[in-house]
Amino acid sequence: MQTKPTDSRAAGLAPPVGLLAELTHRCPLQCPYCSNPLALERAVSELPTETWLDALAQAADLGILQLHLSGGEPTVRRDLEEIVAQAAKVGLYSNLITAGVLLTRERLEGLAARGLDHVQISIQDADAPNADRIAHYANGHAKKLVVAGWVRALGLPLTINAPVHRQNIASLGKIIDLAISLDAQRLEVAHVQYYGWALKNRQALMPTRDQVLHSADLVETARERLKGVLVIDFVVPDYYAVRPKPCMGGWGRGVINITPSGKVLPCHAAETIPGLAFDNVRERRLRDIWVNSAAFEMFRGTSWMREPCRSCALREIDWGGCRCQAFAFAGVAAEADPACQLSSFHEAFTRVAEQEAVAPAPAFAYRNPRAGAQ
Amino acid sequence: MTEAGKPARIVIEAASRPALAHHIKMRHDTARDRWVLLAPERVFTPDAIAVSVLQLCDGNRSVEAVAAQLAGTYNAPKEQILADVVSLLQGLADKGVVKA
Repeated sequence: MQTKPTDSRAAGLAPPVGLLAELTHRCPLQCPYCSNPLALERAVSELPTETWLDALAQAADLGILQLHLSGGEPTVRRDLEEIVAQAAKVGLYSNLITAGVLLTRERLEGLAARGLDHVQISIQDADAPNADRIAHYANGHAKKLVVAGWVRALGLPLTINAPVHRQNIASLGKIIDLAISLDAQRLEVAHVQYYGWALKNRQALMPTRDQVLHSADLVETARERLKGVLVIDFVVPDYYAVRPKPCMGGWGRGVINITPSGKVLPCHAAETIPGLAFDNVRERRLRDIWVNSAAFEMFRGTSWMREPCRSCALREIDWGGCRCQAFAFAGVAAEADPACQLSSFHEAFTRVAEQEAVAPAPAFAYRNPRAGAQ
Repeated sequence: MTEAGKPARIVIEAASRPALAHHIKMRHDTARDRWVLLAPERVFTPDAIAVSVLQLCDGNRSVEAVAAQLAGTYNAPKEQILADVVSLLQGLADKGVVKA
């Protein structure tokens, strides 16, 4: 049984809502916009089944409601069935975030029988050859469409996740049509966020401002037309923004990320910030980490802020934006997110996007352990 | 589904028999002492009235029957309750939370 923390910081700290469980970094696809770190964790360092089962029980006890089973490709794990069953047992809403290409109908049936609540399948384009080129995986798109059909045939709800960027954004209308034809309940049109592999491939992926605005119009029109039919979530790219996104809903405010080896992070890119020490779920209770760990405390709330964030009226709306982006661009994680027009780095930030979007796209650095080691 | 095979917006009427959509789970959130509707990437927090409406929406009861039951419980005019319930459920149907 879990004991209540005695630390005074626990008082007034709301429990997290979501757990992003990166079960593995192994993945058959090699998408150049992957948000995984360049230094991919190896299979030998992955958590054993029983540690995941215990972590899920702790997560539910802590107040977490949503479990995102992700990776890498979570279906690589042969114990996914046990993990899904545990999620159902402890009352977590389970969402399988998958490329789909490794699934068989029998395995999907088994996962559904164990209480899986929802499946999210990524697609790389509506156009199969381009989709397979982006994923660097032959016939992947066709397989995904088959798997999406199984998902619906088994009565499971389906989200289609479509990361968009300059090399597929022209297909957005067709991607929306595809989601409808697959009988998805939800479509996530997510402009690529530039962390990990995506940052490495930014020059090959960055859309123009006009492309971004056009995509927003297209989504807005489709939302109105498809009200009650398809929910469309739209993740905007922030290189052309004037205000930053409230990254993760604020550092250490709502989400916990556990990496394949058990490191507990406030966000999946947090390891890019030097000087942060992360606790491991093998060694410390999740509640204790949430309340007391140095990494979660570092940028929680507003006391860490500098100007222009410190005196900003919106500091508890956007929480200063993204720490990882601030570090990547300004060199200091406590700076304002350069996506904010009040940041002294904002002009340079926008200029990078404008220039890269119209320059010839370099070849992709495909996401695999070899390229990450370069 | 329409004749063209394209899905159509769910319209909630007095005769509709609504239920939570298959992928939505309503449960009590013990850590925060409230009810929640769990959906992919979303947590809805229905107010007490919405919870009492949704607890009656089992796919068999009509909206009219739900309204009649609530009118009895809260000793309120049934027409007013019916209008409120239709409006509430239509909003939830448009968010994909309720089917009928």
